[in-house]
Amino acid sequence: MNKYQKVAYYPGCALEGTGHAYNSSTKAVGKALGLELDEVKDWNCCGAMEVKNVDPKVQTYLSSRVMAIAAHEMKAKVVMAPCNGCYHNLKKAEYDLANDEASRQTVDRISKKAGHETYQAGSLETIHALDWIKDGIGEEELKRRLKSSLKGLKVANYYGCMYTRPRHIFPEKDQGPGSESTSQPHFMDDLLAVAGAENVDFPLKTACCGGAHTLSDSDTSTQLVLNILQAAEVAGADVIATECPTCHSGLEMHQVRAEKVLGTKTKVRMLYFTQLLGVALGVSPRKLGVHENVSDGLALLKEKGIA
Amino acid sequence: MAIHEKSLIRPENLKTHDNLVLDGVNVSVHWSTFIQSRVVTDYNEAMEEEIAALPGGEHINRCWQCGSCTNSCTVNALNPDFNPRYWIYLIRTGMESELLRDKDIIWQCISCNKCTYACPRDVFPEGVMKATAHWLELKGHTPKSKSTLFDEEFTAQVVATGKIEEGRIIRNFFARTAQPLLQDWLVEMVKRVARRLPFKQGLMMGWGAVFRPRTRKWAKASAAINEYVHEQEARNRKALNLE
Ligand code: SF4
Ligand code: SF4
Ligand code: SF4
Ligand code: SF4
Repeated sequence: MNKYQKVAYYPGCALEGTGHAYNSSTKAVGKALGLELDEVKDWNCCGAMEVKNVDPKVQTYLSSRVMAIAAHEMKAKVVMAPCNGCYHNLKKAEYDLANDEASRQTVDRISKKAGHETYQAGSLETIHALDWIKDGIGEEELKRRLKSSLKGLKVANYYGCMYTRPRHIFPEKDQGPGSESTSQPHFMDDLLAVAGAENVDFPLKTACCGGAHTLSDSDTSTQLVLNILQAAEVAGADVIATECPTCHSGLEMHQVRAEKVLGTKTKVRMLYFTQLLGVALGVSPRKLGVHENVSDGLALLKEKGIA
Repeated sequence: MAIHEKSLIRPENLKTHDNLVLDGVNVSVHWSTFIQSRVVTDYNEAMEEEIAALPGGEHINRCWQCGSCTNSCTVNALNPDFNPRYWIYLIRTGMESELLRDKDIIWQCISCNKCTYACPRDVFPEGVMKATAHWLELKGHTPKSKSTLFDEEFTAQVVATGKIEEGRIIRNFFARTAQPLLQDWLVEMVKRVARRLPFKQGLMMGWGAVFRPRTRKWAKASAAINEYVHEQEARNRKALNLE
């Protein structure tokens, strides 16, 4: 059996809050494709950027606890995280535990006191929702299951920064044909192209939206988001496809802020790639949470005759 | 990509005389321009070691000043004064007063890791930026930045409950930084979603604020993390010769 057919699922905090629609659309797409998710029991926050800034080893511990439960209690071989932040942090913890003795000792010490088994590097494979669909189903099979097409929809694929940087925590990327690229990621492009979307040539795929300071230095974030939105529009995109709840809400939030504070209006819409795939798989937009998005993707899909 | 170089000539060091006649020759304005030389006398020899002792700063000594970090930096593209390569140079040569000229913008690093990606020496400049921002705060050169206040609010919630609830973090952060919660753009955003959300779901989102998400069986982990964090804080202060 394909190792991604059933995976441990780590939604992370954002998917219980602002990223609610990403959670429902990820589950809906999995269901439509016959892929199974088994949510990690009693999971905790991975630590995000914020805990890392206070102390990186605490973030390593937090992520390792999630992996310990998935690997040692649930006996999973693969854990899937749809949030770039979670995905990145689990990968980083894996790297640090495999390569840094001090991290290993700290994690072991806290795990013992917390009363659970210490996560052992190498026990688990962490993947992103993109890997899950791309390698768990594959383009051929996805094509076979399509109910409609995204034909006529021009899409800019936005991966953000945590999905590819820093390179050393993603040893499986940049490994030649079939693998993901850290400079020109394409997994989302590939999947949406199968679903009929027309991917535009988008130079800011891995640009940063300033998410780390979205509230503490909002003017910087607004400027960075505006660069991304405008570049997508110049490239001719109707939609920016996202694969991270933080990137997604950052783009939506600062699109509104740019309008209110700088008076600069952009009309490109944001949709999760799972919402776009879901529509092509015949799932109703409501089930995919399209109405929960701030930017009105539903109107656009209707206008294009897609939903 | 362009190479971003830093001009070492500061406008305030350019001296000109509006009216100057020397030996009968009029050398007014730019004819009499000269550059006042800079003298640095207060080297802080401990600075590199102290920053290297803080998390993220460990590998600063590997830097060979190629400039790839500054060249790839997201924030540098918005503000040329944001210059990681230059700050690493100042730290390594102990030029504290020069570094302090930029003390209020160093915290603005957004951790995009473009520098880490580009650095040929594995300095992890992103980490060095964080360590430097922490150093400035611990030494009392700057107050805690808004970013630090946000990180602290977030971390406190994770350590206490195992999870975060975004609405609560935003409310507490705005309160701690004395900003009104009802910023017009936030209100506008909520309005745009609310228009399309069915009543029941809007209600559910309100419930989120009442029933805070928390991880089950978290108490022991919380205590162990707290103990570790306090130990590290004491260690960092000692490394910086505070107290
Ligand atoms: S990265 Fe964000 S969503 Fe994921 S667990 Fe951490 S805080 Fe939660
Ligand atoms: S693009 Fe923004 S939200 Fe996404 S990973 Fe980067 S900083 Fe975070
Ligand atoms: S890229 Fe690395 S080696 Fe080059 S200047 Fe920056 S920190 Fe130094
Ligand atoms: S991580 Fe910070 S210093 Fe490095 S490129 Fe990004 S903003 Fe610049």
